[in-house]
Amino acid sequence: MDNRTATAQAPAAGARRDLSAHVKRIGRQDKIATGILTAIVAFVLLLLAGIILYILVRGGGTALTPGFLTNPSSAEVSGILYQLFDSFYMLIITLLISVPISLGGAIFLVEYAPDNWVTSAASTAIETLSSLPSIVVGMFGSLFFVVVMGWGISIISGAVALTMFNIPILVRTIQQALEDVPRSQRDAALAMGLTRWETTVNVLLPAAMPAIVTGIVISAGRVFGEAAALIFTSGSAPSRLNFASTDLMSPTNPFNIFRPACTLAVYIWRLTSEPTPGSAEIVWGTATVLIVCVLLFNVLARVLGKFLARRLTAE
Amino acid sequence: MDTTINEDVHRSIEGVGSMISIRDFNLWYGDFQALKHISLEIPENRATAFIGPSGCGKSTLLRTFNRMCDFVETVRTEGTIAFAGEDIFQMDANALRVYVGMVFQHPNPFPMSIRDNVLYGPRRMGRMSRAEEDEVLERCLTRAALWDEVKDDLGKSGLGLSGGQQQRLCIARALATDPSVLLMDEPTSALDPISTSMIEELMMQLSEDHTVVVVTHNMEQAARVADKTCFFYLGELIEAGPTKELFSNPKEKLTNDYLTGRFS
Repeated sequence: MDNRTATAQAPAAGARRDLSAHVKRIGRQDKIATGILTAIVAFVLLLLAGIILYILVRGGGTALTPGFLTNPSSAEVSGILYQLFDSFYMLIITLLISVPISLGGAIFLVEYAPDNWVTSAASTAIETLSSLPSIVVGMFGSLFFVVVMGWGISIISGAVALTMFNIPILVRTIQQALEDVPRSQRDAALAMGLTRWETTVNVLLPAAMPAIVTGIVISAGRVFGEAAALIFTSGSAPSRLNFASTDLMSPTNPFNIFRPACTLAVYIWRLTSEPTPGSAEIVWGTATVLIVCVLLFNVLARVLGKFLARRLTAE
Repeated sequence: MDTTINEDVHRSIEGVGSMISIRDFNLWYGDFQALKHISLEIPENRATAFIGPSGCGKSTLLRTFNRMCDFVETVRTEGTIAFAGEDIFQMDANALRVYVGMVFQHPNPFPMSIRDNVLYGPRRMGRMSRAEEDEVLERCLTRAALWDEVKDDLGKSGLGLSGGQQQRLCIARALATDPSVLLMDEPTSALDPISTSMIEELMMQLSEDHTVVVVTHNMEQAARVADKTCFFYLGELIEAGPTKELFSNPKEKLTNDYLTGRFS
């Protein structure tokens, strides 16, 4: 009798061992891990939300007061127009100096540098630069840029000090972005006989651009909130600006890079260390503006990065 | 072995001039000898296939033809490879790569528009008028069987196309510098069957006025498209000859074993 089909269809009971204890144990393990990890993330999120909410609640009222953003500070009215301008102007000057240097450095390290001890020493040096305490960079800046170079307490001294932190972050991000360009893209360029320079400019940089732009904007957020390095280099005395000034060397011309400046973060430090009647409200208002700006930078970084990535593959 | 050989598609390689001629060529990566005493002629305006198991050296030899192997630091060579009679190691590598185009396993258009992808090579070599550009663009995309699909979207990014379209764009880009030789390194192994048959059709058409050399893991593909087939094993060239002969009547036992699937 041919019963092969019949046995094939019957469940193979012998193959089933009792795994319920094992299943239960790994199930419990997984649940515990999920619980702990969720709790950690929730804690971090709550902390962040708490800090931001607290500052917004304390300072939101002041920040939204008509004229707070558009008035210069004076004895009669509280306003942060000049500080706001100084912060953005300082950021722009810093980026103008640090972006080209970082781009050049990263391209050199990724594409040109021979794989030897000099290159690895350079990489280590750049990474070390990023962990220098900002107050130390500020002191070095006040000695070297302010005194030795003779730039005085000025925007340019501050911007160069900020450049010193910004370069390591930017070099690292740009390096990563360039290295992430797929191998196959490099092959295409090499097989067409492109020189390293042509490959870099026409293939690698466009392909890495979304990540590079995101990195620059995120680093801008960090630079924007820096205070310690600026106190000794660009000063902390609130500026007096004259937007109608046409003399670039005048200390009241907003665009004069050799004038002292007081950014939002430094202003907060100054008002906190030398409180005057009513200054607490201004501090919270300024902090709110600062935090909103930094958050906007992060949102901008994501939006720009996504937009550029989409343009790369679509248009 | 049930690979059918269609007699009509294979052209004779008898008496055809040699586009690339390899004489007692050896190549080492550090201490490892990847190619051993290779002597081979690549016939002009024919399709030649390199087959063999992984690590047999077929890709290494292909990448030597346009000196892509230069980029491996530990590489060392001995023997000669002549392109149209000239020693390739005496030529300027970037000039050689204009004569010898390459298509890769993974499609790799540049991050720019379809138009700029195709025109990248010719634009580097000299100024072109708009009319000249349009002519090259249409001719190369037509030869790569892509024109009808993209003619209204020439400004779109090459990276937005499907895999098969991207590979045909890469072929168009390679054709735009008017190369004599087209190297193809497993050009269909990352593609779906329909795209694969389109690329195979292209290989046959292109080999009418280009010397095509294709590395493939797919023996049926070699049998379908190549006029000459070369079988490599452990860095040695075991057997080379007209595709029909090699497949139907291999002279070496090793070739026969490979073709009948006794090892892979």
